[in-house]
Amino acid sequence: MLAGMSAKEKAGLAAIALALIALPFVLAMAGTAWVRITNFAVLFVLLSLGLNIVVGFAGLLDLGYVAFFAVGAYVYALLASPHFGLHLPFWIILPIGAAVAGIAGAVLGAPTLRLRGDYLAIVTLGFGEIVRIFMNNLSTPVNITNGPKGINRIDPFQIGPLNFSASDSLGGLIFSGPIKYYYFLLLVLLAVIVINRRLQDSRIGRAWVAIREDEIAAKAAGINTRNIKLLAFAMGASFGGIAGGMFAAIQGFVSPESFILNESIMILAMVVLGGMGNIWGVIAGAVLLSFMPELLRYTVEPAQKMLFGKMLVDPEVLRMLIFGFALVLTMRFRPAGLWPETRHKRELIENRS
Amino acid sequence: MDILLQQIINGLTTGSVYAVVALGYTMVYGVIQLINFAHGEVVMIGAMVAFAVIAALAGSALPPGAILLAGVLAAVPACMAIGYGLERIAYRPLRHAPRLAPLITAIGMSIILQHLALLIWGRNPLAFPQLIDNPSFAIGGAAISGVQIAIILLSMVMMAGLSWFVYRTRFGIAIRATAENVHVASLMGVNADRVIAATFVIGAALGAMAGVMYGTYYGIAHYTMGFILGLKAFSAAVLGGIGNIPGAMVGGLLLGLVEALGTGYIGEYTDLCRWPGAADGGWMGERCADGAHFVLFGSNYQDVFAFLMLILVLVFRPSGLLGERVSERA
Repeated sequence: MLAGMSAKEKAGLAAIALALIALPFVLAMAGTAWVRITNFAVLFVLLSLGLNIVVGFAGLLDLGYVAFFAVGAYVYALLASPHFGLHLPFWIILPIGAAVAGIAGAVLGAPTLRLRGDYLAIVTLGFGEIVRIFMNNLSTPVNITNGPKGINRIDPFQIGPLNFSASDSLGGLIFSGPIKYYYFLLLVLLAVIVINRRLQDSRIGRAWVAIREDEIAAKAAGINTRNIKLLAFAMGASFGGIAGGMFAAIQGFVSPESFILNESIMILAMVVLGGMGNIWGVIAGAVLLSFMPELLRYTVEPAQKMLFGKMLVDPEVLRMLIFGFALVLTMRFRPAGLWPETRHKRELIENRS
Repeated sequence: MDILLQQIINGLTTGSVYAVVALGYTMVYGVIQLINFAHGEVVMIGAMVAFAVIAALAGSALPPGAILLAGVLAAVPACMAIGYGLERIAYRPLRHAPRLAPLITAIGMSIILQHLALLIWGRNPLAFPQLIDNPSFAIGGAAISGVQIAIILLSMVMMAGLSWFVYRTRFGIAIRATAENVHVASLMGVNADRVIAATFVIGAALGAMAGVMYGTYYGIAHYTMGFILGLKAFSAAVLGGIGNIPGAMVGGLLLGLVEALGTGYIGEYTDLCRWPGAADGGWMGERCADGAHFVLFGSNYQDVFAFLMLILVLVFRPSGLLGERVSERA
C-alpha cells in the first residue's frame, strides 16, 4: 500500500499513526472511561467494516448482522469462562469464533440467495432475532448459554505474563487494561482495513460490485453469483465474529441483551451514514455514531443547567432525540452518506437527470 | 377446555391486529417500494394518546363507550398527522436518493417518536383502565371475550372499508395506478405526491386503531411496544407479499394463528419425556422419572415460530404468499 505514495502522503500517514498511538494516553488523562468508549468505537468500526462487505460491496441488505457479533461473543464466553470450566487462550478462540460466525453466515445466507432487497432484509432480521431468542432460552433443559442472566467472569486476554485486565507500568507510562486492549484492537483494525482494501480491488470485490449493480448481468458475465454472495455473507460474518470475541473479553460479561435488533440497525446506520462501500466513509460513520451519544451524554446535562438553571429534560432522552434528528438531517442533506463511494456518487447524479 | 379452539380464537385476535398494522406497511410499500420503518412507532403513539385521553376521562360522568370513542377520536387524527409528517420529513425529500437513505431517516424518526413518547408518558408501562366489563362467552369448550369479539369484528370492518376504498373509489384507482407505475400515473393526471402522502395517512389511521385495540387487549401501553408489534406486522406484510393488500390481511391472520398454535402446542410436542421409548431408562429415563418434563422448546420460543414460518415461506415463495412474481430487477 505504501508504494506509489508521495512523500507528503507518507508524512501524513505517519502523523496519523503517531496520533493513534498517543491517543489512549491523552484520553486516559480525561478518564479511563474515555479509553473504554474508544475501544467500543473501534469494535463498532470493525463491525461496520464487516457489514460493509455485505451491504456496501455486495449490496445485500442485512438487518440481522448483530447475530454474528453475538456468535463470536458467545463462542469466546463459552470457551474461556468458568461456565464450562474451559479456559482456552484467546489466539485459539478468536479464529474459532471467526470460523463459527463465518459458517453461520453462510448457513443463514444459503436460504436467502433467491431473495432480493426488502425480502432479504426481513429474513436476515428474522435470523438475527432467532439467534437472540435462542441465546435467551438455551438455559433449559440443558444449560448452554445461561439464559438472560448471561455468562460472566470471562477470561481477559493473556499473552504469557501479560494480562490485559491488569495495569502495568513501563518507562513511566501506565498501561491500564483498556489501553492494552486499545492497541490490540488497533492492530486488528489495521489488518481488517488492509484485508478490506485488498478485497475491494480483487476479482471477488469486483464480482460483489457487479452483483450489487446488476445481478443478472453479473451472472451473464460468468460470475458464480451463488458462491460469491455466500462468500460475502461468510466474510462479513467472520469479521463480526472476531469483533464479538474481543467484545466478550473486554467486557468480561455477555448476555443476550447486548445483541438486540437495535444494535444491527445502529451498525447499518453507521455504514449508510458514513457512505456505503467506501471504507473510509464507513470508518468515519462508525466513529461518529459511537462517539456522538457519549459526547452528548457529557454535554447535554451541563448545557441544560447553564441555559435554564435546572434539568428540564432527562439527558438520556434528550441525547437520543438529538441522535434521531442528526440521522434525519444528515441523510436529508447527504443522501448518499457523508463520504460516498465514487461509484455511488455517479449513480446519484444519473438518477437526477 | 378445548385448547385448539381457544388458541385459534386468540390467534385470530392478535392476527387481526397484525393484519391492520400490516396494511399500513403494505400500502406505503405498494406506492413507493420502501418500508415505512417508523410505522410501529405510529401504532405505539396511537395507543399512548388513546390511553392518555381515556385515563383523563375515566373519572368523569361520561358513559364508558363515549370515553373509549373519545380516546379513539384523539388517537386517529394525532397519528394521521404524524404519518403525514413522516412522509414530508423522512420520505419525500429523499425520493430520488439511494434506497437505503430513507431507511435511515425513518430509523431516525422512529428514535425521535419513541423518545418523545418516553418524555411525555414516562418509562413505566401504562395500564389501560378497565372501562367496560369484559364479558366472556363460551363456544364449543373455549372462551371468547367481548374485547376479542370487538377486535375481530372491528378489524374486519376496517379491512372491508379499506378494500372498498382502494378497489371501488376514484382515489383508490389513483393509488393503484401509482403503485403500478408512478410516472405513467402522473401522466394520467394523478397527483402522485398526494397519493403517496395519503397512503401514509391512511396507514397511520389504521395503525392508531390497531394500537388502541392492542392496548385494550393486553391492558397495557408502553413506549417500546411499537417495535415488536411493528416487526410482527411487517413480517405479516412480507408473508402475504408486500405491496399486496389482501396479502397483508391473510399474512396477519396467518401469523397470529401460527404464533398462537405454536405457543400452545410446541412445549407439549418437544417434551422428550412424552416421546415413545424416551423414559425407558438410561440418561433420558433418569431425567423423565416421576413424570418430569424435558421440554426442548417451550412457549418462550413464541417469536421464533413467527420468524421461522416467515423464512420458510419466503424460501419457497420468494415474493410472499399472494405476492406477484416480481420481475427480475434489482
